[in-house]
Amino acid sequence: MAAAPWALRAASFVVVFAAWEYAGRLPVNPAFPPFSDTLVAAGEMVADLSLVAALGVTLWPLAVGVALSSLAGVAAGVAMGLSRRAEWLFVPVFIVLQAAPLAALIPILVLAYGVGLLSKVMTVCIMAMPVIVLNSFKAIRHAPSSLIEMGHSFLGSRRQIIAKVILPAASPVIFAGLRLGLAAGFIGAILAELLISPTGIGDLITYHQSVADYPKMYAAIATVIVLSVLFIGLLDRAEIALFRPERRSAR
Amino acid sequence: MNRVVALRAGPAVAEPMVEVRGLSKVYPGGVEALSDITLNFPKGKLTTLLGPSGCGKTTLLKIVAGLIPASAGEVSVGGRKVTGPGPERAFVFQDFALLPWATVLRNVAFGLELRGTGRWEREATARRHIEEVGLKGFEDAYPHQLSGGMRQRVGLARALAVDAEVLLMDEPFSAVDEQTRRKFQEDLLALVAGKGKTFLFVTHSIEEAVYVSNRIVLLSRRPSRVSEIIEPDIPRDLPPDRIRRHSAYIDTVEEIWQGLKRYLE
Repeated sequence: MAAAPWALRAASFVVVFAAWEYAGRLPVNPAFPPFSDTLVAAGEMVADLSLVAALGVTLWPLAVGVALSSLAGVAAGVAMGLSRRAEWLFVPVFIVLQAAPLAALIPILVLAYGVGLLSKVMTVCIMAMPVIVLNSFKAIRHAPSSLIEMGHSFLGSRRQIIAKVILPAASPVIFAGLRLGLAAGFIGAILAELLISPTGIGDLITYHQSVADYPKMYAAIATVIVLSVLFIGLLDRAEIALFRPERRSAR
Repeated sequence: MNRVVALRAGPAVAEPMVEVRGLSKVYPGGVEALSDITLNFPKGKLTTLLGPSGCGKTTLLKIVAGLIPASAGEVSVGGRKVTGPGPERAFVFQDFALLPWATVLRNVAFGLELRGTGRWEREATARRHIEEVGLKGFEDAYPHQLSGGMRQRVGLARALAVDAEVLLMDEPFSAVDEQTRRKFQEDLLALVAGKGKTFLFVTHSIEEAVYVSNRIVLLSRRPSRVSEIIEPDIPRDLPPDRIRRHSAYIDTVEEIWQGLKRYLE
């Protein structure tokens, strides 16, 4: 039984890639290359280092933006969950931010911060922050009241109850927010490179599209997707290692 | 025949450990849960709060625990007025309230952990109580790997580990299956006999109350008052099967049922 989930996962990839290959060969659109061509293009771009260099450029604003959003976002969300006053002050702001079409704000960011790294970091932040904050807030607010009551009855101080009961109980939902925030951060980083100034992966996508080298364009897009999935998987493992030992043994 | 103690503060059978004086509780929104309750809980005995569902039994227990404030009146434990939770009281929760991310060992030691007891000492104490409740070998298991009955044994061991003089048990066996419940009740009798601790026990099961209690406090429907105090005259040194067939056991169950029936109409 233990091998079956892996076999199924592999099968799921095979199905998607086969469908991609088939659609590319039909072709559904001259601008849609089959999977094999894209893979070859990706190989070439790794070999001539253009893909690696582009990733190096793109990952900077992404890493800085996601790190800032995670730290500030979790802190703000936890504060809002623990204090009614912070909740009334901040929740409306983040609900509006979450509902707003944030890509439309990018021109304003460019006006304010120029076309450099800062604007791109800000783009990543406005995409990633709301979901991280709101998830952290809900996670804290929904920590089981019976566990909190148990903490009080066994004489836990407020600090102990927060650190030993509320935060571990909230960690699954906080991490779900971080995963969504990371995915949104990837969108922000690519949007910034497409809308603010073409650098990194965004530049590769724009350039290869303009010279109609579609396999390379798709290779650049696929690389971002693969990277995003990889990071989200890593975050999952970090959570289980740090906060949820019982899920380690459940696997 | 059972001794039916007079209403309100009865004669002191034993030295009272927990005293409740003129206690009332009105929840925000105007629901009156308890009305002018005066009660003594004798030291070293198991006293059960029994009454129709929603009558405020759990509210009374949580006020004694210091988890919710009273609207009027006061509670004292061992002569000291209750203003919040204290080290001389330990609570066993209806829903177990175990930390799902902590092992049995850490859960049982959690009360001591919150008190700042060193790791080595608290784990040694926890191991002793895990063995006492019959969970030896499960120290490193997580709650989701245990049955309901085993989880409540963890909850009980956690309460025993802090060595409180008063154990407050809120329908501790209501979420476990019938067979496990019977075994629990037998173990509880041994615990009461062997520990010299004072037990406050909440249940809605008449049979359970009569089987385990030295003293049963019948509460009326909301707003709760003390309607009757019964001390079942059952020899506690009999084996379990003899107790359940003892005429005093059967008569007391029937007597309480007749008393509670009027609240159901």
